[in-house]
Amino acid sequence: MNFKINDFHSGKKTLALAFLLGVTSLTGFAHAADIQLRNVSYDPTRELYAEYNPLFNKYWQGKTGDNVTVEQSHGGSGKQARALLDGLDGDVATLALGYDIDSLASKGDLLPKNWQSLLPHNSTPYTSTIVFLVRKGNPKGIKDWPDLAKADVEVVTPNPKTSGGARWNYLAAWGYALKQPGGNEAKAKAFVKNIFANVKVLDTGARGSTTTFTQREVGDVLITWENEAFLALKEFGADHYEIITPSLSILAEPPVAVVEKYAKQHGTEAVAKAYLEYLYTPEAQDIIGKHFFRPRDEKALAKYKDQFPNLQLFTLQEVFGSWEKAQNTHFADKGTFDQIKQLP
Amino acid sequence: MSAADTIKVYHSAERYEKNPATREPRWVKYTILSMALGFFGLFLLLPLFAVFTEALRKGFSVYVAAITHPDTLSAIRLTLLASFIALPLNIVFGVAAAWCISKFNFRGKQLLITLIDLPFSVSPVVAGLMYVLVFGIHGWFGSWLADHGIKVIFAVPSIILATTFVTFPFVARELIPLMEAQGTDAEEAAISLGATGWQTFWHVTLPNIKWGLLYGAILCNARAMGEFGAVSVVSGHLRGQTTTLPLHVEILYNEYQFAAAFAVASLLALLALVTLALKLYAERHLS
Repeated sequence: MNFKINDFHSGKKTLALAFLLGVTSLTGFAHAADIQLRNVSYDPTRELYAEYNPLFNKYWQGKTGDNVTVEQSHGGSGKQARALLDGLDGDVATLALGYDIDSLASKGDLLPKNWQSLLPHNSTPYTSTIVFLVRKGNPKGIKDWPDLAKADVEVVTPNPKTSGGARWNYLAAWGYALKQPGGNEAKAKAFVKNIFANVKVLDTGARGSTTTFTQREVGDVLITWENEAFLALKEFGADHYEIITPSLSILAEPPVAVVEKYAKQHGTEAVAKAYLEYLYTPEAQDIIGKHFFRPRDEKALAKYKDQFPNLQLFTLQEVFGSWEKAQNTHFADKGTFDQIKQLP
Repeated sequence: MSAADTIKVYHSAERYEKNPATREPRWVKYTILSMALGFFGLFLLLPLFAVFTEALRKGFSVYVAAITHPDTLSAIRLTLLASFIALPLNIVFGVAAAWCISKFNFRGKQLLITLIDLPFSVSPVVAGLMYVLVFGIHGWFGSWLADHGIKVIFAVPSIILATTFVTFPFVARELIPLMEAQGTDAEEAAISLGATGWQTFWHVTLPNIKWGLLYGAILCNARAMGEFGAVSVVSGHLRGQTTTLPLHVEILYNEYQFAAAFAVASLLALLALVTLALKLYAERHLS
């Protein structure tokens, strides 16, 4: 019975398809289509993609005649990965860190396990790092990571359980402590614990933390993405805040990937792939630099060189091995983050 | 309440006012009054005023642009759609449940009342999560729905579901005490005079409860339009697709578009004011 119904439906579909093909071949060309693309992204990329989407549409229209409208969804990176796994059908995922896209492959089979090798530079078209935002005049005299662990400093950072930026923050602090003379895991743990003892508000995403720090005026220092700190300066004026660059920080690599399962369902694989590849072009890299992300393109990087402070950066791989290891050691249930919260 | 009653009440109030034994000293009266008014001004009027001033801070054209933006319009449409579906459902359910509970005696009546109250006691976030667990791709019906190309979670249906769930008790909760107070005398009379069940309902019960029903419907509608927590969990935050007005306010606020965020918030505030006026009107008739 079931069989027959399915047969009937597919028969009807084939007929409709044949009809459509006939019509298109008769008229000789395909009409320009309206394509919807969904980009599920993390918090601080709102402004970047708001400017990038029209640029990509112009490019794609010139190439194929089709009109692409990109729907954006933003939130804490971990939360967004969770939503994708629960069925939010984004065609592309542009998240804050590799582990969140890894989890799409390992927990949901949404894309191939080797996704990171499918695009240049480990599928990260832009990088960033972690810096501090303080109130004008730097009243607490914050200069480097150890100042955040002092008893009278109030720190704002998002929750590493839900936010990608917060995990970079956490690992940057951990890596800094490890790389100090005589640094080891136990010392790093104590150091990070002291910083988190000063945290008053844990928002779910980076943008929530920025508004907590700037709008609600909570805390003395916000640990955040470099691009997010610059954006806050731009939005609220340099007469309210200052960016403090620590002596050492982490090279944050927010990757992008086509969510193949959903793109296949929507028939948007080609345009989704092009959408991500176009991020590497000089035009897009220029927009990336303009929004305070560090471009991969040499020329764009040179153009925006003066805007980015020079600081020593370490990569995640060099200190923590891989995202999977970092995630399991630090952010999984009963990881170091859970441990330091429970320590007296 | 008739005119004669009103006069009587007025006289008795005046009598207490004039009698030194039942009158408070002037300073007590004014302190209490100014405390109440101060509280009202500080916590209700001031924020309301702030919403409108912030909304108009960058001028009227920015305000209009924010409200007529396609994403805002789509948020308005979705909010109205969700409440227009949730409201009739809850009215039908609320009347049926209140009728059942107040006019009949049966086993498990208390349990039914408790169940109706459940959405009040469950946090809206948990309510949203429940739907993710049931209809999400790894949920109970997730794979079946996906196989048949039906989208529930992170799409419009889940927003309607979540809205309906959190506004479930309003109508029933409003009607149950009213109908219980009214008793069953009128219905018994109608039936003994030969009316059928439907006739009794349409011509006896419904006219008696209409103002209470309207009151409940207004509260239900206000909550439906303002709901944040539950829809936030199931929405997926796709701009122009699955964002209701309150979610749209959050997005604009997070994008540093404060004037636009407050402009959209002022729409919600206006809705609340209209609701308040309607509620006053219904309350008058109710008493």
